[in-house]
Amino acid sequence: MSVDANIVKRIGHLARIKLEQENLDGLAGELNTILGFVEQLDEVDVSGVEPMTSVIPASLRVRKDEITDGGYADKIVSNAPLSEDNFFMVPKVVE
Amino acid sequence: MSLVDTRTPDPKKFIKGATGDWEMVIGLEIHAQVTSESKLFSGSSTKFGNSPNSNVSFVDAAMPGMLPTINEECVRQAVRTGLGLKAKINNRSIFDRKNYFYPDLPQGYQISQFKDPIVGEGIVYLDMGKDGIVEIGIERLHLEQDAGKSIHDLHPNMSFIDLNRSGVALMEIVSKPDIRSSEEARSYIAKIRTILRYLGTCDGNMEQGSLRADINVSVREPGGEFGTRCEIKNVNSMRFAVAAIEYEARRQIDILEDGGKIDQETRLFDAKTGKTRSMRSKEEAHDYRYFPDPDLLPLEFDDEFVAKLAKDLPELPDEKHGRFVSEYGITSYDASVLISSRANASFFEDVAKGRNGKLSANWVINEFFGRLAKEELNVANSPINAHQLGGIIDLISNGDISGKIAKELFEIIWVEGGKPSEIVEKRGMKQVSDTGAIEKMIDEIIANNPEQVIKVKEKPQLIGWFVGQVMKASQGKANPRAVNEILKAKLGL
Repeated sequence: MSVDANIVKRIGHLARIKLEQENLDGLAGELNTILGFVEQLDEVDVSGVEPMTSVIPASLRVRKDEITDGGYADKIVSNAPLSEDNFFMVPKVVE
Repeated sequence: MSLVDTRTPDPKKFIKGATGDWEMVIGLEIHAQVTSESKLFSGSSTKFGNSPNSNVSFVDAAMPGMLPTINEECVRQAVRTGLGLKAKINNRSIFDRKNYFYPDLPQGYQISQFKDPIVGEGIVYLDMGKDGIVEIGIERLHLEQDAGKSIHDLHPNMSFIDLNRSGVALMEIVSKPDIRSSEEARSYIAKIRTILRYLGTCDGNMEQGSLRADINVSVREPGGEFGTRCEIKNVNSMRFAVAAIEYEARRQIDILEDGGKIDQETRLFDAKTGKTRSMRSKEEAHDYRYFPDPDLLPLEFDDEFVAKLAKDLPELPDEKHGRFVSEYGITSYDASVLISSRANASFFEDVAKGRNGKLSANWVINEFFGRLAKEELNVANSPINAHQLGGIIDLISNGDISGKIAKELFEIIWVEGGKPSEIVEKRGMKQVSDTGAIEKMIDEIIANNPEQVIKVKEKPQLIGWFVGQVMKASQGKANPRAVNEILKAKLGL
């Protein structure tokens, strides 16, 4: 897989990162180097090997269905740049 | 997902266009909020209507370093639902991150299941009346987090965000593109809702948003290749679903007949105008860059876990329907009305136990459900219980009261309460089956109406007039069968 300036622009937008036009080519080069590095893994034959999901043999931890958290709306919004009546306030987003 | 056409085109469902007939192809994604006390990955409450951000933990608000832990009850609910949809249960499923930015999604991704959902293919049967039973395939069911809620009308240029719903467990139930009309779509949503309510896995409350549908609509020449689809997001009532589908299909037909082509896009149904419109902002965000959530190991359970849930499943609507028809000898239509909810069905069974099934079904559906609907009540807060209604039916079956008097009795008990047999006794409502008393009344009527007696010999259907006179004289209490028999004998008919 190879990345060009257009793809960099697109993933930058999807990640909501502002990218300057003059940096796109440079970033594409860097990303291609990283991808090339990772692609070396393709040289290993992994046919018949299950993808690894954990480095230690463990299973998913589960909780009981009980209310054990919440009830502190003031703390939840305390870092918000703007809030009112414990709502977060954000620039208007309407479809 | 490979698209397979399982249906035979039905000309009755075709839509007339300027250039010929068209056929709709519809698939639905239903989002059903899982019934649970706490959220999918955190211990905060799922209760609806609490004050803003009070059902929010640091996990739900996506504070740095917070980790998700899955709620075992949500897993059980998803498996139960899968079993109710006669679907394949996957003993190993994987949670993925679906990445997008929106103010009501603090994580910047939704934890969902992409490649390996907890439930695979299943099937739902729709009873389409005259058109018979229609099979709709289920593609999959997966668990995911709900987002928070944006409120736009509290401030002129700011939106308010409440994360109470953020992280509540949802089941996304994806159908195959097997639906061919808006009526089938409505019936499908209703059926899914009934199944969920029977299972107790979702309350099915569309007004509160516990059940909402994304509807994929395309049109094609009958039996032809599938067309390009548009997805109508977040439809929250069955009426809107029908309106949105009808509008959208017509819109697409108009474009195609004018030589245009359909752009695959996400659209929004506007209930005020009855139209759908493009949600352009969603388009470029469609690249969700799914990847397995590194915070969560695969969800695994054994067959025994599934078998135990299967064993404790309640009787489901289709099975109940079949049993009602065979056990109580009622029509398929009556059975479908009676099984609309578990509460209604069990009310009917309480009434029908040891009584005539058809008579019981008639009374429960016509008088009882009819009256409940009129007064916007339900079985739980009804002024008449199954025991009382059963008592009325006993009096009819024993010949103690006529159907007409029974309706009066129903009215009295609805308003005043009381025991049917006692009320009938006390108020002298019992039907007169005493042939002596009836004969006396009939003799009098015959004696007083000689012309009618002559006429009835020529036109036997005039007997109805005599019956009416006897009923009038007895204030509706004469047993109609006895009246008929005696009249026929006396008039020589």
